[in-house]
Amino acid sequence: MSKKEDFVKFDKVDKSYDGKVLVVKDLNLDIEEGEFVTMLGPSGSGKTTCLMMLAGFETPTNGEIYLDKNPISNIPPHKRGIGMVFQNYALFPHMTVFENLAFPLRVRKISKDDIDKKVEKALSMVSLSGFGNRMPGQLSGGQQQRVAVARALVFDPSVVLMDEPLGALDKNLRESMQYEIKHIHESIGVTVVYVTHDQGEALTMSNRIAVFNDGKVQQLSSPDKLYEEPVNSFVAEFIGENNTFVGEISDISNGSCKVKLDKGEIIANPISVKSVGEKTTVSIRPERALINPKDKMDNNQKGKIEEVIYHGDHTRVRLNLLGNSEFILKVPNSSQNLDIKLGNEIDIGWNSRDARALDPK
Amino acid sequence: MSSETQKILSTDGIPLEESLKKAEKKNKIKAFLLVTPLLLFLIITYIVPIADMFSRSIDDKMVTNMLPKTYKAMEQWDGKELPPEEVFEAFYLDYKILVKNKTAGKLQTQLNYEKNGFKSVLKKLARKQKKFEEGNYKEQIMEVHKRWRNVEYWRAIKRRAPAYTYSKYLKGVDMYSNEDGKIVQVAEDRRIHRILWSRTLEVAFFVTLFCFLMAYPIAHLLATLPMKYSNLLMICVLLPFWTSLLVRTASWMILLQQQGIVNDFFVWIGLVADDNRPEMMYNKTGTYVAMTQILLPFMVLPLYSVMKTISPSLMRAGKSLGATPAVAFFKVYFPLTIPGIGAGCLLVFILAIGYYITPALVGGASGTLISNQIAYHMKSTLDWSFASAMGLMLLTGVLVIYWIYNKLVGVDNIKLG
Repeated sequence: MSKKEDFVKFDKVDKSYDGKVLVVKDLNLDIEEGEFVTMLGPSGSGKTTCLMMLAGFETPTNGEIYLDKNPISNIPPHKRGIGMVFQNYALFPHMTVFENLAFPLRVRKISKDDIDKKVEKALSMVSLSGFGNRMPGQLSGGQQQRVAVARALVFDPSVVLMDEPLGALDKNLRESMQYEIKHIHESIGVTVVYVTHDQGEALTMSNRIAVFNDGKVQQLSSPDKLYEEPVNSFVAEFIGENNTFVGEISDISNGSCKVKLDKGEIIANPISVKSVGEKTTVSIRPERALINPKDKMDNNQKGKIEEVIYHGDHTRVRLNLLGNSEFILKVPNSSQNLDIKLGNEIDIGWNSRDARALDPK
Repeated sequence: MSSETQKILSTDGIPLEESLKKAEKKNKIKAFLLVTPLLLFLIITYIVPIADMFSRSIDDKMVTNMLPKTYKAMEQWDGKELPPEEVFEAFYLDYKILVKNKTAGKLQTQLNYEKNGFKSVLKKLARKQKKFEEGNYKEQIMEVHKRWRNVEYWRAIKRRAPAYTYSKYLKGVDMYSNEDGKIVQVAEDRRIHRILWSRTLEVAFFVTLFCFLMAYPIAHLLATLPMKYSNLLMICVLLPFWTSLLVRTASWMILLQQQGIVNDFFVWIGLVADDNRPEMMYNKTGTYVAMTQILLPFMVLPLYSVMKTISPSLMRAGKSLGATPAVAFFKVYFPLTIPGIGAGCLLVFILAIGYYITPALVGGASGTLISNQIAYHMKSTLDWSFASAMGLMLLTGVLVIYWIYNKLVGVDNIKLG
């Protein structure tokens, strides 16, 4: 069975609630069958609105959404066959776990034996066998979350939407649930559209991530690409940590450029700049800049240590470098003895291709 | 585990339980002192009046105390034939004192309740007894009026012998105990109380039903509208609350009377002919309309407070799982509002069952309820013991309804806010 590439398709979708502000602008998004796509973005970026339009609780102001090539804007939510996991679980408090899971099957008039089988299977999938007679109120947050996931999957929907499902859980539980959801996704191969504002969650779970800001998808790519190769300064800023230099292009040639800063000049990788004189923000990941580099690197600067914070597995060092006093370095905790002391001047080096010259902020 | 380790000691070596009790004693006393005023208030204004009502409703000491010697002498009498001379003598002596103290009128009234025509007989005796000679009172009394020869009248006196009676309760359901001491129904054309009881229940039931049907959508709207609209709507719901009950009822009178606004409107749109205006007031229709409007907030508020707590994502979840909006409503939303429905219905029903002013003003003859009858006996006939008996019957009815409700729905499920 070949996978359909545009199983879910947002085609030029706009959405406005008040007729004045567009919360989603010209959204185009293709989601492959069986893919785990995360919509990531700060609050108010339009990601939940997109999910609600896909679920059918909001209608697009303009454009069309296709599910398996069929336009779905005029199909009411209950006929779309899309499973959904809500932020606060939305388990029916007056029904037992079993009844909650049986609900989607009963409304589909499935025979009682089949319901029993399917519910049992779904419960064992989320390792909650034997909890069928409990009421949701008697379960812990993590268990309720699993019931909600099982309920969204029990009727074999083609797409499952998850709206910040782990937001209410504590950190450890959230992490273990991330793996659990990822494994469930891998084992049954359902298409998942996941909404979160937690980048760690997005990076851990997704095949692809759509970074939302200001109603637009800023970048849609796999987690590693998103981190390594952000296409604009919002993505670079939003995903992971990031050191920036603001400057102006003074020279550009052969896939590298020179950026003139207030104090000094650096060599960078031109991503979204094209000509001399353009303003730019250069982004460098903290772990890509090294102290006393052994290999030859095309950027070498001296910086003064302003702050040292011990983090166990690594030490964060804040430097004053080329007039930027917020330059962060991550030094792995190894036996290597570096002279990291407050006030010391040290040599810093990085490769120009790791310094990405992006759009100005 | 040995028994020694089971007893946990505090750091000072005192058993933990004792230590805890000691520590909390002060708080308990404080808490009790805080509720004491309310407790006293409840006892004085609620428990004591109910107890007083109860004793009043069964109290029948008045006649017993007025005729002490008579009842003592009557102890031996079997009531089959005319009583012996001792009873006549005792009655004469008792009655003489009453006449002297000018309290004979009360006895006359009380005994007339028991047997019609007793009053005139007694009045005549009061006049004649002054000239009585000593001895052979039986003959002398029977001389005064021939009815004294009728054993029925003596039996009527004897029936009032016990200090306590349940006859008021029997009267409340249109029954009485007849001359033979059997409990029978009153004549069919005099059974007004039963009509009133059943009408009260009927009105309370339908008012509750109408309130529910109207309040449910309003409460839902209140719970789901955006804040600025729901506040306005809430004020509209509460506005009647802030208006005097009398004013509201009076405005219904203006609206519903035959030359009133509603009738004018019906005539204007051609629904009814001008010379054939329907009567919407001074009957049950008026009672229904006015009571439903007045009691509506008591249904809206508990429903609203319950609906407010139901997350909108539950309905969405229901729909996303494949339920049509109707199925999602009846399977998900409606069951979650049952605590509010229970609270609202119980509240409205109990208030409606004892409603007084509205039916008194707009009810007319066919729209008055049992509470109006109670008020009538309080104010007009001054038969307070009967009014008390009916009040207690009403209270018992309410408690029974509460008990049934508890069995069916469970009081824990009530949610008032």
